[in-house]
Amino acid sequence: MTKSNRSKGIDYWLPKLVLSPTIAITTVFIYGFIFLTAALSVTDEPLMTIFSLTNPNIDFTFDFVGLDHYVKLFENDRWNGALLNLGIFGVLFIGICMIVGLIFAILLDQNIRAEGALRTIYLYPMALSFIVTGTVWKWILNPTVGIEKFMQDIGFTSFTFDWIVDPQMAIYTVVIAGIWQSSGFVMAIFLAGLRGIDTSIIKAAQLDGASLFSVYTRIIIPSMRPVFFSAFVMLAHIAIKSFDLIMALTGGGPGNATDVPAIFMYQFSFTRSQYDMGATSAMIMLMGVAAILIPYLYSELRGEKQ
Amino acid sequence: MSIKVQDTRYKDITARSILYAVLVIAAIYYLAPLFLMIITSFRSMDEIRVGQLIEWPKSFSLDAWAAAWNQVQIGAREELGLKPYFINSIKMVIPSVAISTLLGALNGYVLSFWKFRGSEIFFALLLAGCFLPFQAILLPHSIVLGKLQLTGTVSGLVMTHVIYGVAFTTLFFRNYYVNLPGELIKAAKLDGAGFWMIFYRIILPLSTPIIVVSVIWQFTQIWNDFLFGVVFSDPDSQPVTVGLNNMVNSTTGEKRYNVDMAGAIIAALPTVIVYVVAGKYFVRGLTAGSVKG
Repeated sequence: MTKSNRSKGIDYWLPKLVLSPTIAITTVFIYGFIFLTAALSVTDEPLMTIFSLTNPNIDFTFDFVGLDHYVKLFENDRWNGALLNLGIFGVLFIGICMIVGLIFAILLDQNIRAEGALRTIYLYPMALSFIVTGTVWKWILNPTVGIEKFMQDIGFTSFTFDWIVDPQMAIYTVVIAGIWQSSGFVMAIFLAGLRGIDTSIIKAAQLDGASLFSVYTRIIIPSMRPVFFSAFVMLAHIAIKSFDLIMALTGGGPGNATDVPAIFMYQFSFTRSQYDMGATSAMIMLMGVAAILIPYLYSELRGEKQ
Repeated sequence: MSIKVQDTRYKDITARSILYAVLVIAAIYYLAPLFLMIITSFRSMDEIRVGQLIEWPKSFSLDAWAAAWNQVQIGAREELGLKPYFINSIKMVIPSVAISTLLGALNGYVLSFWKFRGSEIFFALLLAGCFLPFQAILLPHSIVLGKLQLTGTVSGLVMTHVIYGVAFTTLFFRNYYVNLPGELIKAAKLDGAGFWMIFYRIILPLSTPIIVVSVIWQFTQIWNDFLFGVVFSDPDSQPVTVGLNNMVNSTTGEKRYNVDMAGAIIAALPTVIVYVVAGKYFVRGLTAGSVKG
């Protein structure tokens, strides 16, 4: 009896003990650091003294500057250019990935032979690093050695495709490479969604004489709304965080033509040491992700309870 | 009457042919860059200079591969080629994947079978960490790594990847465990089995599929990471993604596309192999957060 009581005691605190490292990590390294980044964005204290562990006389009297850094950020042309680029990239990347993903999911859902092999081929770019994708597309899109030269060499002498060196068009090359990498992933999500639909409804509709087209537009696609929502959230998340692909493909150039918030944040924080701008731009990125994510998590968690 | 039947059958066959044609063209589009990378990596620069973008190698040469692996000068470091970066990636990825998966399994176990007051709220808070844009923690994290004297070390990268990977691994294991029959655990508890006994004897033997999902997901994420690598490491500890990017963007001398492509394949090979061998589990990891059930 005493033994069982004692073991019950151990089992009472053991789960908490096991979870405690992760609780500590989450508290300090996620929420604590978000708080510190937020603090940096509204104060003028030099970073090093705030975080000083060796200096016993930590001076906590920093200058609270309110939203000054935010105002300064949105007066910065480079930041506004980066936001605009993210807007163009995000809309096209998400939109085209969703359309391509849906079309190919529906096509693959027609009792295709070798479906497994095709699916594997469509999805493999997702296993690659964005750096690898960027390296390859940088070369293919380079007008002097890539597609443009190839087309000219085989006879289309007036063919031009020099978007990657054209400041007006360079952001669209990021879209091309991004879609190549991520559309197969969207297809996989949609295909899983299609397979999860109750087939009895579809059969009933077909018995009533509904065409394949109207089965898709009236029944299947509307019932996949949660899947669209998930895919949208994941793609938006990829878009806002996009950094590696652009670093490898264009390095943010030509000039600042393909600059995005993630690159802005990296360069202001770690090459220019303007921590206030770095922290402020990071907070804007966090708010962007939160604006998309909170409605999503809310609906997911509410759905789970029902 | 019979003609009409024939008509629809013809229509069916044409529709199927178009369908397959579209699917195959799409497959070619996805495969083309990989194919180009591979054939270019076997061509010599002389051939590339005078030849075409798409051309079969005249003589299969491994020179570009050797150059990318241990001959090309990357930055100012003494050791040549991608090899030292590749080794850094291996040294980084193995402990990061092992520790984060183990932590995730334990967390998932607690959050599924040993719930306590507040554990659900904690899970929701942790879940938000899956979507954290890392820019929001980069500055404080770099200061802390500096204070711990871990900046520019592989251990620093391991620590970083474990910390920011544990949200995902916990999510995987927790979502897998909540679908296991709870009676099993209740019965074991009534029989007097304790926390560790249940974990080792009942849960762990059932966990193989989700361990595979977690290991593959973490391996791919950490191997392909660039942001942490470029911010927190120095030339002696940089992973292969950073090495490749430095190699491709170094401006000295003529651009050697065959070497660039061989380097890109070297950097991509480990994750592509994992994908080919265990693609099913890779897809499960990708869709774990998006499609419920």
